[in-house]
Amino acid sequence: MSLIPGRIATFFGGRRWRSLAPLAVLIVLCVLIAIANPNFIELRNLVRLANSAAVPLTLAMGLTFIILMGSIDLAVEGTLSVAAMVLVLLAANDGNGNDYGWWAVLAAVAAGTAMGFVSGLVQTMLRIPSFMGTLGMWFIGLGLSVYMLGGTAIKLNDASIRDLALHRFLGLPVAVWVAFGAFLFATVIQYHTKLGRHILAIGGDEDVAKLSGVNVVRVRITAFALAGFFFGIAGVLAAAQLGQSHAVIGDGRLFAAVTAVVVGGTALTGGEGGVVNTLIGVLIVTVLANGMILLGISPYIQQTVQGLMIIAAVALSLDRVRLRIVK
Amino acid sequence: MLQASNIIKNFPGVHALRDVSIEVRPNEVVGLIGENGAGKSTLMRVLAGGYRPDGGSLTLDGEQLRMRNARDAARHGIGMVFQEQSLVLNLTVAENIYLGAEDRFTRFGLVNWRAMNTAARRQLAKIGIDIDVTARTSELTFAARQMVELAKALTLEEVVERQLLILLDEPTSVLNAADIEVLFARVRSLKSRASFVFVSHRLDEVLNISDRVYTMKDGAVVAEHRAAEVTAPELHEIMVGRGLQAEYYREARQLAPRDTVMVEAKGLGANGFYHGVDLSIRAGEIVGIAGVVGSGREEVTRTVGGFVQHDAGEMKIAGDAVRFGSPEPAVRKGIGYVPRERRLEGLVMFLSIAENISLADLSSVMRHGAIDYGKERRLAADWIKRLRIKAPGPDAACRKLSGGNQQKVVLARWMTAGSRILVLDHPTRGLDVGAKEEVYELVRDLSAQGVAILLISDTLEETIGLSHQVLVMRDGEITARFDASPGNKPNQVDLLRAMV
Repeated sequence: MSLIPGRIATFFGGRRWRSLAPLAVLIVLCVLIAIANPNFIELRNLVRLANSAAVPLTLAMGLTFIILMGSIDLAVEGTLSVAAMVLVLLAANDGNGNDYGWWAVLAAVAAGTAMGFVSGLVQTMLRIPSFMGTLGMWFIGLGLSVYMLGGTAIKLNDASIRDLALHRFLGLPVAVWVAFGAFLFATVIQYHTKLGRHILAIGGDEDVAKLSGVNVVRVRITAFALAGFFFGIAGVLAAAQLGQSHAVIGDGRLFAAVTAVVVGGTALTGGEGGVVNTLIGVLIVTVLANGMILLGISPYIQQTVQGLMIIAAVALSLDRVRLRIVK
Repeated sequence: MLQASNIIKNFPGVHALRDVSIEVRPNEVVGLIGENGAGKSTLMRVLAGGYRPDGGSLTLDGEQLRMRNARDAARHGIGMVFQEQSLVLNLTVAENIYLGAEDRFTRFGLVNWRAMNTAARRQLAKIGIDIDVTARTSELTFAARQMVELAKALTLEEVVERQLLILLDEPTSVLNAADIEVLFARVRSLKSRASFVFVSHRLDEVLNISDRVYTMKDGAVVAEHRAAEVTAPELHEIMVGRGLQAEYYREARQLAPRDTVMVEAKGLGANGFYHGVDLSIRAGEIVGIAGVVGSGREEVTRTVGGFVQHDAGEMKIAGDAVRFGSPEPAVRKGIGYVPRERRLEGLVMFLSIAENISLADLSSVMRHGAIDYGKERRLAADWIKRLRIKAPGPDAACRKLSGGNQQKVVLARWMTAGSRILVLDHPTRGLDVGAKEEVYELVRDLSAQGVAILLISDTLEETIGLSHQVLVMRDGEITARFDASPGNKPNQVDLLRAMV
């Protein structure tokens, strides 16, 4: 059985030149920034870069599956904050007397998965478009975590969980390795399992998938739960990195995740792209953010640039001929 | 082998199947023919588990069948090759062939793609087709995709321990002659392993491939023949049946057209679709175009409607030379297009009758730059009365109306917009007999008011019955012109001769 290598080869073998464009953009970006400020390629900066990519990468893995399906999951920030809240409140913290150690991590990831599962149920059982359903879940999650945290920041005191961010293995923080593990896991799911293939088929043509005997409802629910699972892990990583959880821990994460997926070349209409594309997308977004800081660009301009980037990415990648009507 | 007895299927306002019984024997190809709306596709969907019948029973080898979906049908060895191709274009050939059946290649949750590709290759080899199984389906030709679909249906024999029944729903409509021959050769060689039900519009094809032929009409089977014992014209006669009924088409109300020429085309051509088309429609005149699928008649009507741009010759609307790139300028020129797919192109189903009627010319209900809802509703109420639209009121949503009434709303919209030219693209498709008659009545009304009408229709009978003049197209050219004034209607055989 040929695992990842075969697929990566087909991907980079370029079914179309477009699939290579994001990689080219990444390389050009790195070269330009390195020329403008050589500090960019210093080891210290590269580690910082990897560190700041960890949470977005994990989030974007989950989101990729949803977007591949032609749906959207806006509950990224809500789910992340719930997971972070569960983690901090169950592990040793300065708000209550709990100290469940790594069980808290497990519970946090489970909470994220459960949120995604509910999103999936809302979409398939209540037949509510994912845009609205997950918009609701976003605020349910946000409200829940603000309420549980009592509106303040609560510190995470469990040293072994904090080590996710503080301890280094082969020079990189453990969180980076976890995110990389999430990427490998997502790759296996997308390219080597039935679920991954069925997600792609639903994004390509849901009616046909249904006629071929694909259980569309089950695939959709599973995909949302899977996305929630990744968001849960991201929540753990985010809380470990910050050493605390507070109401706005998720701020800006949705935008970054959607941008990464889209910039990587996954079509919002579904059916095209995948987690390998998203890895490159995350790197582009992170490198650009890092580069702009190194070049001393005002944070407000940085936001504007990111906004421009997402529109440009869609404009360049979308097969607009295929899209009969734009909504 | 398969026995369908007294199958009944109703849709809101339409009896799609009334008491249909057919049987399929082992190693047999059964042809199914009928006009559009005769119920062929509905019957196929019932056999494939897509629709649940409202009455009657299905038995397979004597065993009662209850199928809820395509999956159940597959379990019983029934596969379908769809008219609208049913492959996911962003997947590879192998992935499509085994879509929904990956379990066989899955171990520890991982799919073994290499094994799947090998199996797919073997499956394609069985039907003697050489296609790269790792190619993306979107890169294949239509003919190749059709073969992939056939291969996909045949994978059922790997999991089902009985003879397969493969339903072919108009598989030839997108194929050229050579590809059709290839497909037929496959079907013949597969007869030892499977039975087929074959649906097509082309009678000679059906006779060529089938052992027995069922003819459907208005939701019922009206005849059964051994293919060897019947000819295409005989079948056509039965299929069309009714004969010419002057009454039905309100021939007495067919008035002589006026003198003003509303549409005039000279040497009109659109690359690859049609060429050298001369056409003239006067006010109050109905011009019908007859022709088979691919004859170019659809494109000619779509050119007048503004959907297809012509690139040769010239077209004049009410004396002005035009070349439409989109429907919008055509609408401004007073052309109304009544599409065949009412649900997709004709009406905004979620809007009310009033909103749909005013859509093409909102200015007619505007006052001081704002929409006057009272005026809009009064206008709609007026049309509801004039056209006898059966609806609770102007606020009723169009999706709740029956097909015939929806068609009337489309016509009301164009009348409101002041259309002097109407393009009727299969105006009675999917309507039952009563609703058709109402549409005919309406068409006569419009014609009497001096509206110029270009008509294409599913049946020759309707084309002849309604038109003042019938043009026949074949392979992108006009091959014959018939005068069709009352009492001087051409007969169908003459038209058919020019069509094929």
